[in-house]
Amino acid sequence: MASLKDLKNRIAGVTSTQKITSAMQMVASAKLRKAREAAEAARPYAERMGAVLGSLAAAYKDDTGAPQLLSGNGKDQAHLLIVCTAERGLCGGFNNNIAKLARKHANELMADGKDVKIFYIGKKGFEVMKRQYEANYLDKILVDKLTYDIADQAGNRILDMFAAGDFDVCSLFYSKFESVLTQTPTRISLIPAEFEDTSSDDDGGNTASYEYEPSQEAILESLLPTNLKVQIFTALLENGAGEMGSKMTAMDNATRNAGEMIDKLRLTYNRQRQAQITKELIEIISGAEALN
Amino acid sequence: MAEKLNFELVSPAKLLISESVDSVVVPGTEGDFGVFINHAPMMSTLRVGFLEVVNGSNTERFFVKGGFAEVGDKGLSVLAEQSVKVEDLTKDLLDAEIKNVEAALENAAEDTAKAALAYSLNQLNEILETL
Repeated sequence: MASLKDLKNRIAGVTSTQKITSAMQMVASAKLRKAREAAEAARPYAERMGAVLGSLAAAYKDDTGAPQLLSGNGKDQAHLLIVCTAERGLCGGFNNNIAKLARKHANELMADGKDVKIFYIGKKGFEVMKRQYEANYLDKILVDKLTYDIADQAGNRILDMFAAGDFDVCSLFYSKFESVLTQTPTRISLIPAEFEDTSSDDDGGNTASYEYEPSQEAILESLLPTNLKVQIFTALLENGAGEMGSKMTAMDNATRNAGEMIDKLRLTYNRQRQAQITKELIEIISGAEALN
Repeated sequence: MAEKLNFELVSPAKLLISESVDSVVVPGTEGDFGVFINHAPMMSTLRVGFLEVVNGSNTERFFVKGGFAEVGDKGLSVLAEQSVKVEDLTKDLLDAEIKNVEAALENAAEDTAKAALAYSLNQLNEILETL
């Protein structure tokens, strides 16, 4: 049985932990608001880019002359996996869920005898996966401040490598921000590019009458690299919001658990104190009785 | 002019401008073009250059780089990778861009694109002198 002093120390310790976790929760919720705003602000660009490219790409649907960034280079041997995770831990299963999806995908590819290379954006993914995939490690980029420059830098690296023929297929792993409580690890294919089919949209009708300057192909060619970067950027923003949401939930749980623990410890502490008082009283009373 | 053009300037990070204006001059890859209301639908990529937004007697200029402009029945949207108000341009940025444009100018194959880039270069130099 722990002594009263021990219990007191433990209560103090858990209380300070609780203070930290509740502060972290508040910080996370403030950051979440900002991250969400950033993610929402970036949406118009990505959406419009997707819509335009979708309608341009539709023209190439069954054509073989499409740019390689759109249709791939026809091979399926070397795969590049881009794993986007957060910079910090303490956010529940957020980083692990992304890593799990990436790992599953990497293992499947390797079982099929494909070459797999992994490019990390964000420190945590690298830390979680580095040991198992040491041979597949390609490079990592750390995200200390989320700006378009990071996506630009990563995008340029990827484009250069694709042009050099270092890989054939490129996919991106990140966590989609559904709500504060739910973030879904997601995989999207960057090369070959995937677009939502916009041809059924009501907007689709007037794309035919567009005048293109320079030609449709030239626009497509110049937009595809940009689109790749935008997709990375969007993924990073979604991740940012997701990380904060996940952290908020995790810290909320931690605060609650610490509260429960404090209650339990305090109960034991009071019981023991009571027992000690009773014991001392009995000693006094029995001493007095012995004198009589 | 009763009716106005819906104009949106979007960067990857956010929607910069969304307003009704009289006209916009867009630096397209093959030359500048002005857009008024009821412009025919068109799509053009952007070159490094200056976007001019005219609203009444006001004219605002933006430095834009990369991306494209789309004129549809809903108006004009310009998606630029980078856009900076002309007043906020710095010398370092201009110097770097002038080098970029000069390099692009050497590699440009078509005459129209070449002329457009040369025009951009002139504009950049002009702005640099006023700083």
